[in-house]
Amino acid sequence: MTLAEAPNAETIRQTAVDLATKIKSGELSAVEVTRSHLDRIAEVDGEIHAFLYVDGERALASAARVDAKIAAGEPVGPLAGVPLALKDILTYTGAPTTCGSKILEGWLPPYDATVTRRLLDHDMVILGKTNLDEFAMGSSTENSAYGPTRNPWDTSRIPGGSGGGSAAAVAAFEAPLAIGTDTGGSIRQPAAVTGTVGVKPTYGGSSRYGLVALASSLDQPGPCARSVLDAALLHQVIAGHDPCDSTSIDQPVPDVVTAARSADVSRMKIGVVTELGGEGYAPGVEQRFNEAVELLASLGAEIIEVSCPHFVYALPTYYLILPAECSSNLAKFDAMRFGLRVGDDGFASAEQVMAATREAGFGAEVKRRIIIGTYALSSGYYEAYYGQAQKVRTLISRDFDQAFSQADVLVSPSTPITAFKIGEKVDDPLAMYRNDLCTIPSNLAGNASASFPVGLAPEDGLPVGFQVMAPPLADDRLYRVGGALEAALHSAWNGPLLDRLPDPGALR
Amino acid sequence: MTVLPYADALAAYDPVLGLEVHVELNTTSKMFCGCSTAFGAEPNTQVCPVCLGLPGSLPAVNAKAVESAIRIGLALNCTIAEWCRFARKNYFYPDMPKNYQISQYDEPIAYDGWTEVVLDGEIYRIGIERAHMEEDTGKSLHVGGATGRIHGADYSLLDYNRSGVPLIEIVTKPVEGTGAKAPEVARAYVTMLRDLLRTLGVSDVRMEQGSLRCDANVSLRPVGRSTFGTRTETKNVNSLRSVERAVRYEITRQAAILASGGRVTQETRHWHEDSGITTPGRNKETAEDYRYFPEPDLVPIAPSREWVEELHATLPEPPTARLKRVRAEWGFSELEMRDVVSAGAVNAIEATVAAGATPQSARKWWLTEIARHANEEGVDLEAVGVTPQQVAEIQALVENGTINDKLARQVFEGVIAGEGSPAEVVTARKLAIVSDEGALAAAVNEAINANPDIVDKIKSGKVQATGALIGSVMKQMRGQADAARVREMILEKIG
Repeated sequence: MTLAEAPNAETIRQTAVDLATKIKSGELSAVEVTRSHLDRIAEVDGEIHAFLYVDGERALASAARVDAKIAAGEPVGPLAGVPLALKDILTYTGAPTTCGSKILEGWLPPYDATVTRRLLDHDMVILGKTNLDEFAMGSSTENSAYGPTRNPWDTSRIPGGSGGGSAAAVAAFEAPLAIGTDTGGSIRQPAAVTGTVGVKPTYGGSSRYGLVALASSLDQPGPCARSVLDAALLHQVIAGHDPCDSTSIDQPVPDVVTAARSADVSRMKIGVVTELGGEGYAPGVEQRFNEAVELLASLGAEIIEVSCPHFVYALPTYYLILPAECSSNLAKFDAMRFGLRVGDDGFASAEQVMAATREAGFGAEVKRRIIIGTYALSSGYYEAYYGQAQKVRTLISRDFDQAFSQADVLVSPSTPITAFKIGEKVDDPLAMYRNDLCTIPSNLAGNASASFPVGLAPEDGLPVGFQVMAPPLADDRLYRVGGALEAALHSAWNGPLLDRLPDPGALR
Repeated sequence: MTVLPYADALAAYDPVLGLEVHVELNTTSKMFCGCSTAFGAEPNTQVCPVCLGLPGSLPAVNAKAVESAIRIGLALNCTIAEWCRFARKNYFYPDMPKNYQISQYDEPIAYDGWTEVVLDGEIYRIGIERAHMEEDTGKSLHVGGATGRIHGADYSLLDYNRSGVPLIEIVTKPVEGTGAKAPEVARAYVTMLRDLLRTLGVSDVRMEQGSLRCDANVSLRPVGRSTFGTRTETKNVNSLRSVERAVRYEITRQAAILASGGRVTQETRHWHEDSGITTPGRNKETAEDYRYFPEPDLVPIAPSREWVEELHATLPEPPTARLKRVRAEWGFSELEMRDVVSAGAVNAIEATVAAGATPQSARKWWLTEIARHANEEGVDLEAVGVTPQQVAEIQALVENGTINDKLARQVFEGVIAGEGSPAEVVTARKLAIVSDEGALAAAVNEAINANPDIVDKIKSGKVQATGALIGSVMKQMRGQADAARVREMILEKIG
């Protein structure tokens, strides 16, 4: 069975922008749309496991409120009534936030993340919380304490990570939209391997308040969608200055929606990054990437090659800065005020309870990074590790500055390979880390970056992602390129890539 | 613990001080969130996701606190950083919600300054290493156990109301060359700082409430040696008096160790107010590595030079200039002023004068009656429980003849005991001087009739004997009479 034959197919296959239009016109009700997606979740999520928590009742109640608002002629947001999924690392009052970790099991945050608040203020409907690698540490969701998410294209494969749940939910038509967070590629890499669109806004473009921090200087929430315009609309809803996040930028949000609609790359200078390709890249990934570059050229873009020599140091740099920050950010999980508490027998000291809780509550990858980060910040090692990494980080930013002086955007494959098998790399952290080779530089430099689907790799029939990188606060350029690619590819394919998705509902 | 007599200690060793003062700012909201900083609220009622360190919450800097930090830095003649950052100080402790404290490390907002203290008419220049911003921790109450510390306690209660209250830590450079005066210089410095901070209006500076806290570093070196000895850091020094006592104690304790050929252990020590000694705290052998690194949740602070200049213009006059000025204004002698300064009474007298009292009367009450109470209770003047306004009111009652100086002491007692305002105490305790001439005349008559021998003496020209009769009358009147009028009446009667 293909997806087209799935129940509710008519509703769940639509784009967010179409759903919003129909809800606003009364052709569809928000309640109906929400119910269709809840049904779809009930149908396929046993197999996909994109969701850690489904908030059906509340979703239907808020959908009903949106319908009432529309009926009363009150003004509503551009995506009013459209349901979406929230990565379980953003707080949403009344719903548990686990971060995919045992240490937060059962924690009910008493406040909404700014991103959550904006979704609700824009009349969107939150279906539930999606699965992720524990505290967003991973590239496969296999590090989730609640079990892995499966890739809708092939359920024996990973959906990417850390935001595999959000990408899989969108790809499996469980939600038209989702929120992800990207620290080293956690929005873009899952988008690439699931054939969806994922955007990491400029660092500071969307608020981190209420996003449980992995690495503060790298984390950034962003949209996950099936179409470029849908992503832009969601981007517009969540982005903008937030006084609660000192690192958020007090500047107007780039007009990403207009850019997505214009989809115009004529006379745009597109730089192909020399260092992000070649050895270690799957042939099908390179093939689809090169085809997409040619397509852009045929649409009027000027293609040049640019070198970013320090990108080869991005991975080791990232794996010092991230663990250093996370070793400190994760110190608060100490059993004193919230979450898991282990070993409190009335005799154990606070210190012993803290240690026992952290031992029991954190998974192996989290512990590995806390240990690495603690070491990298220790006196005597700080300069050699953390200090040195910050210097290389500056060099990577300069590479970008240099490259953006030559090109309007930079492009590369989003990932070196397509989705791998669940369990294939769990015992090889370095192989796992290499998945983020192409995505990490933009996190280190803080510029905007996105992944767009550009077809299936011939050798395995799995989706390939095309990464576009733009200068800080030029997020709109991502959408111009993405929109142009999407329009050209859809006409070549006679429809979206996801039309070819085998229906996971049939796999049960 | 053996200690060397102070004079012996000073004969052999030269003390070097280092003072770290933590000041809680009096901003209405906390350093990184909007919670109230009011002292004394019910536990855990002034908290939010940020100061509780809940997952996902982020700090946002209180601009008013930065302003106060800059003003403090300027008042201490520091350079104000053109660009500085916050840093995380990482260590685990239950009263610190994030298990790191947002502080400043190698980039303080203010650095390399100096100030002066006046002691016995001599000026001591104190170098200021730095003044940096940080957040306070919560408060732990360890219940059960012998020491009141976390080890051995049955359980601990945590109050996070104080968590995130803005603090400025002011660190001196090593203070050398004070010799035997070291303890007094330490006290004079903290007193000066307290007065300065109050004049700046940036803190309540109430040591007894912990809004001003002092850690005293003390080391000794043989007289004539220039390299520093091993230092100890004494914490929990919660009054001006304790600053002096703790430094003096550490000097005698360390001297005893050195004199017997031992070595001073570098450690944190705790001051015990009641016993007047220090005991070891956490041993520095297990010293923690705080893994400082720049706080990635906050952007750097870059105060514009214009702003710093503006703030500079709002500074009060420097402490030594101020002392010079008020001495002239108040007409105090060098000696009187010296006593006022060493008693830490300058601000109190200034406020009392502002409330209407004469400088001399203000000086008299603060340095006698109130100082006596402060000594008895082992607290600082300002913690006795009489406000400058009340002192001025009492003095006004003396001046309008409602009470005399002797009765005024009873009024002070009443006010300190919490019996109400001076006027209320006078009424409640029936202290007002009797101006009823009839009652006075009766008492005078009785005194004359009861003491014929004294009357004879007076008549024979020994006028000084009148005092005995006045005393007798005052006794009958329970002190509530105007002694001058009584004398007049006696002499009229006999004369």
